[in-house]
Amino acid sequence: MTTPLARSRRAWLREHSELGVGLLLAVIGVLVLTDALTMNVDTGQRGPVGPRTVPLVVGGGLLAVAVLLTVDVLRGGRGEAETGEDIDLSEPSDWRTVLLLAGVFLAGAVLIGPLGFPIAGALLFWGSAYALGSRRADRDPLIAAVLSLVTYVVFNNLLGVPLPGGPLMGVL
Amino acid sequence: MDSLNSLLDGFGTALTPINLLWAAIGVLLGTAIGVLPGIGPAMAVALLLPVTYGLEPTGAFIMFAGIYYGAMFGGSTTSILLNTPGESAAVVAAIEGNPMAKAGRGAQALAAAAGGHFAGGMIGTILLVVLAPTVAALAVDIGAPDYFAIMVLAFIAVTSVLGSSRIRGLASLLIGLTLGLVGLDQMTGQQRLTFGSLQLADGIDVVIVAVGLFAIGEALWVAAHLRRTSGDAIPVGRPWLGKADVKRTWKPWLRGPVIGFPFGAIPAGGAEIPTFLSYVTEKRLSQHKDEFGRGAIEGVAGPESAASASAAGTLVSMLTLGLPTTAVAAVMLAAFQQYGIQPGPLLFEREPDLVWGLIASLFVGMVLLLALNLPLAPLWAKLLRVPRPYLYAGILFFAATGAYAVGGETLDLVILLIIGLIGFGMRRYGLPVLPAVIGVILGPAAEQQLRRALQISDGSVTGLVNTPFSVTVYAVIVILLAWPLLKKVITRRRHLPV
Repeated sequence: MTTPLARSRRAWLREHSELGVGLLLAVIGVLVLTDALTMNVDTGQRGPVGPRTVPLVVGGGLLAVAVLLTVDVLRGGRGEAETGEDIDLSEPSDWRTVLLLAGVFLAGAVLIGPLGFPIAGALLFWGSAYALGSRRADRDPLIAAVLSLVTYVVFNNLLGVPLPGGPLMGVL
Repeated sequence: MDSLNSLLDGFGTALTPINLLWAAIGVLLGTAIGVLPGIGPAMAVALLLPVTYGLEPTGAFIMFAGIYYGAMFGGSTTSILLNTPGESAAVVAAIEGNPMAKAGRGAQALAAAAGGHFAGGMIGTILLVVLAPTVAALAVDIGAPDYFAIMVLAFIAVTSVLGSSRIRGLASLLIGLTLGLVGLDQMTGQQRLTFGSLQLADGIDVVIVAVGLFAIGEALWVAAHLRRTSGDAIPVGRPWLGKADVKRTWKPWLRGPVIGFPFGAIPAGGAEIPTFLSYVTEKRLSQHKDEFGRGAIEGVAGPESAASASAAGTLVSMLTLGLPTTAVAAVMLAAFQQYGIQPGPLLFEREPDLVWGLIASLFVGMVLLLALNLPLAPLWAKLLRVPRPYLYAGILFFAATGAYAVGGETLDLVILLIIGLIGFGMRRYGLPVLPAVIGVILGPAAEQQLRRALQISDGSVTGLVNTPFSVTVYAVIVILLAWPLLKKVITRRRHLPV
């Protein structure tokens, strides 16, 4: 039941999605300003410029840039999307892959604590490769496990950067 | 003479077996990571930063120097063999290098690039040895208002010289400054933007911001637009140059640094402009003008030498003023801060072993680069065929490893992902990443200098402009800001009917 009007409005919004960047900048600006204004500055201020001044300038700057950017977009200005070796801009954005990757990353982050680095890292690599389209059920987990284990040993035992071993290292 | 002695001491540091080992590992790792498609020098350095956490500072920076030069050389290999430059500095290498590779002269193109890197790096580093102590000595007397002026110059230059849109550059800078505000105020201990979180009170680690913006942001952005059919890399043999080629390349090799070095030292976008200028110069001077565009070896040799020399120029302003002019220098500055070392005029007095060891290892790194990479080139070319899912899964994996290694906090990984999503959005809407990174790194320092300067002048704004140095810097800033207007006026004059 979409009317032509609603459809054209949606097309306009899609065309001008960059307005969201302006909105986001404005929101951050308000956040920075609020934080600065609600500060309790009496404690131990040294010199004429307190801890509030710079946040006030940055917050004000964010609001100003938000307005300027919005005006620029409404006048037809567009930010150029970044190009690169493996980037094909002729296709629309593949949001499924991006969300899947973010989810896998978050899961990996949460699992490092309970499962330890070797297992969580392997899951992170395998999950990311899967999200990016690799479907080799024989090779992918093997590469993930070896990469994660080698990285763990190199960092933890050779480079002196401690990583949590988790239950797996408890067993070995 | 004094700096020559210091340099000899530096070689004493750099040539110990263990430091030689770090330099070799750095060159190999840097080249391997830099060759991988989609990874530029800045991301390579940010990803490899955690590898150095367990080392003492001198070893860490010696390894870093190797990573830097290795990653730059690796990037041009990708350009030549794949014709898809990952970063702007390597664009020029692809213009002539790729046609050469297609015509079966890939080995010569790689050799010309390697020779260019060697010559440019050597001459650039010699200039660094000569100039850096002088610049540092001149800068020793500069005070808070001068530092603040330099940092403002860096902010303005990075937002208005680079990129196509000033508003978007400024937006990026402000995002960076905001991230830099998070944590305890350095002078009063006041909590800012911490929202009551104890972990946020420590501030957001610069490494996490750099890895998030460069690595996670890039991986997510590529994931959204992954090319399903990736370009074919051209296989290549061992690089070598015939007599005729050497005759054509040695002059461009020597001319490149003249253009590259000064541009590296000023905040003008690193190697992008000098490589292009060098290309145009070589084209004009060449006796083989007809070959340009179809694989002229001068067009590889000159720009590569310029790029390498500009990297050395970058180190002058980074080491003597603490002023990063490129993304790689910004990440290196973050690495210095990790060790509690503040680059600046006093660095040469306070940490002579470290600085001169680092500079000496640049020479060592260059020799290693030539000695290791020429025989290994066919192997590096194979790396170009890494399946893309593994490549980007690997980037995410190492980014997570590095961020976790900073403090062992799960929250750091969540912040890393959020900053990565910001980096994704910035790439989508054409906000340059470099201003944000410069903002995070220089923002807190700039605030401190500003407050110190105003404290001395008791709040009077004149305290910011009471030295000749700061007035000069502000004049440069005004010219930079007014440049588009001036340009308009000049071109209009020229078009006026006489």
